[in-house]
Amino acid sequence: MMPAMQISMTVNGTACTHDVEPRTLLVQFLREACGLTGTKVGCDTSSCGACTVLVDGESVKSCTMLGAQADCAAVTTIEGLGAAGWHPVQQAFHEKHGLQCGFCTAGMVMAAVSFLEENPEPTERDVRLGLEGNLCRCTGYHNIVVAVLSAADAMKAAK
Amino acid sequence: MIPAGFDYVRAGSAEEALAALVEHGDDAKLLAGGMSLLPLMKLRLAVPTVLVDVGRLTDLTYVRDGGDHLAIGALTRHRDLETSELLARECGVLRAVAAEVGDNQVRHRGTLGGSVAHGDPASDLPAVLLALDATFVARGPSGERQLGAADFFTGFLETALAPDELLTEIRVPKAGADGFAYEKFNRRAQDWAIVGALAATFDGTTRVALVSMGATPLRARGVEEALAAGASASDAAGRAAEGTEPSADVNATAEYREHLARVLTRRALESAVA
Repeated sequence: MMPAMQISMTVNGTACTHDVEPRTLLVQFLREACGLTGTKVGCDTSSCGACTVLVDGESVKSCTMLGAQADCAAVTTIEGLGAAGWHPVQQAFHEKHGLQCGFCTAGMVMAAVSFLEENPEPTERDVRLGLEGNLCRCTGYHNIVVAVLSAADAMKAAK
Repeated sequence: MIPAGFDYVRAGSAEEALAALVEHGDDAKLLAGGMSLLPLMKLRLAVPTVLVDVGRLTDLTYVRDGGDHLAIGALTRHRDLETSELLARECGVLRAVAAEVGDNQVRHRGTLGGSVAHGDPASDLPAVLLALDATFVARGPSGERQLGAADFFTGFLETALAPDELLTEIRVPKAGADGFAYEKFNRRAQDWAIVGALAATFDGTTRVALVSMGATPLRARGVEEALAAGASASDAAGRAAEGTEPSADVNATAEYREHLARVLTRRALESAVA
């Protein structure tokens, strides 16, 4: 085992410092060191997006990023998104039934939050392209797209 | 899948990165965004024992007007290229293709320099830079040198960069806001191109480059010659597979890739001039 290095980041508003091996992936740091298992490991090859979290507000695939690369960053996981009541995207996934088995949902929601930050008034095509990095084997995407469009409307109305 | 163990060195400057490369030699590998290198390390296809992280060299993150060209810092992310108004105005083809790389998450992390230095013939951006005759600026222990795109991509995952060099800047011509098209064929939306074809017209000539049609990105010289001689897009595109050596894999046979190259080149040419 290589010598451990100390990594510190703010996870969901809380400072987290752990000694880990340099090869520790961000998703491992979050799940195993911080105990936040809402973030899922799906394909483990940067394809499926189940592990999507926000690093400094932008979506990333945490299975393809070292914890060391997020040292000193602010990370948001699905647990942090819902901490103060549901985020409009979570609310919309609930209301529009944007899930079936739920395995992709945390990543899908985090990707949608980042996407809507960058594109607050998307078309349906924009949503489909914006979520191309997230795979869902159950829904056929229909209700996910409906949910994200609904969340965009709700967030616009709330402004 | 976890990478094999390595020592991690975070470079605070280009100089620190170069010093680490000199110190560790062939054992070291530069890490930028990690979108290409980390998957290879997780599969243990790459096993560097020292990882030199240059991902925080923000002084190499820029798109600047260099007078007769645009200068782009090697650590500029695809997302930064995608949203650069200067790039959209002066070299729209690079902006547009950067927006086609991977998916949002990948574009938030991946860098232009990382993509170039990785030298993957299935990557989108190296083909654009080849078509644009880009210039690459590399810094090494003995100073800075410039490399032309035509001599840069030397083999599968191989470039003309020396192991102790850091790619710092990419220079592209001011090719304008339009007159280009990129056709990318893949099975899943965010995947690598099974084949890609780029057509870009500027300075009165049309350049055509191909993705995933050999060990390096390729210029479709036969197509370019035919167009210069007055051939139609359709006739010129018929020569797209000339001189290529596409591989066969689970996605496509070599013959199918040749077919795709001709079809995608025709579509790209028709869109670029339309």
